[in-house]
Amino acid sequence: MEKLIINNNIRRLRFDHDEMTQQQLADKVGVTRQTIVAIEKGNYSPSLELAFRIARVFNTALEQVFFIEDKHS
Amino acid sequence: MSYQEKRSLVNLVSVVLITAVYSAYMIQRYPEASPYSPEVFRFWGAFFLILIPVSIVARIVIYILFAIINAIATREEEPPITDERDRLIELKSAQMSLYVFTAGFVLAMVSLVADMPPSAMFIILICAGVVSEMVSDISQFYYYRRGF
Repeated sequence: MEKLIINNNIRRLRFDHDEMTQQQLADKVGVTRQTIVAIEKGNYSPSLELAFRIARVFNTALEQVFFIEDKHS
Repeated sequence: MSYQEKRSLVNLVSVVLITAVYSAYMIQRYPEASPYSPEVFRFWGAFFLILIPVSIVARIVIYILFAIINAIATREEEPPITDERDRLIELKSAQMSLYVFTAGFVLAMVSLVADMPPSAMFIILICAGVVSEMVSDISQFYYYRRGF
């Protein structure tokens, strides 16, 4: 089975929300700043619970935050 | 470099340092008896029993020193929480450490079957313990550096 590449819009969403810092987002969802850095870089795929918590902070749907990268794009 | 990466490196250095210094000190007191005499077994029993508290105290002291020096040098404090990524990394490194120690334990038993002196078994067990801790610290460093 091919590995899915999961990407995200967290950096843009932070910018759109009064330039929220990584530390502020980390505090709101209850993780360390390093974890937010790893998620933003695509190095770490968060648990479903954390993914929903991040989406809730930005008041948007999960699909607007995380998406599967198209291999052909 | 993140706080967790630095902590892994400090743990790695402290494991090597504590074991090397303690072993060098204790080996000087190795009994000059037959390798199968009760004295040898008493020596290795004492070696392990003393190593545990010495290692715990030394690691606590080294960790406190690291936290103070790091706070002064970088004004960075220890992350107040342990999140899901930290727990996953801890689990993964503990799993790798367990594999290494199990291999060492099997090797130690092989040394007994192969009629080697009991000291060989104890030395293999100590090496397995040290190497498994090193593998745990190195894998933690690697996973924190990579993201996970």
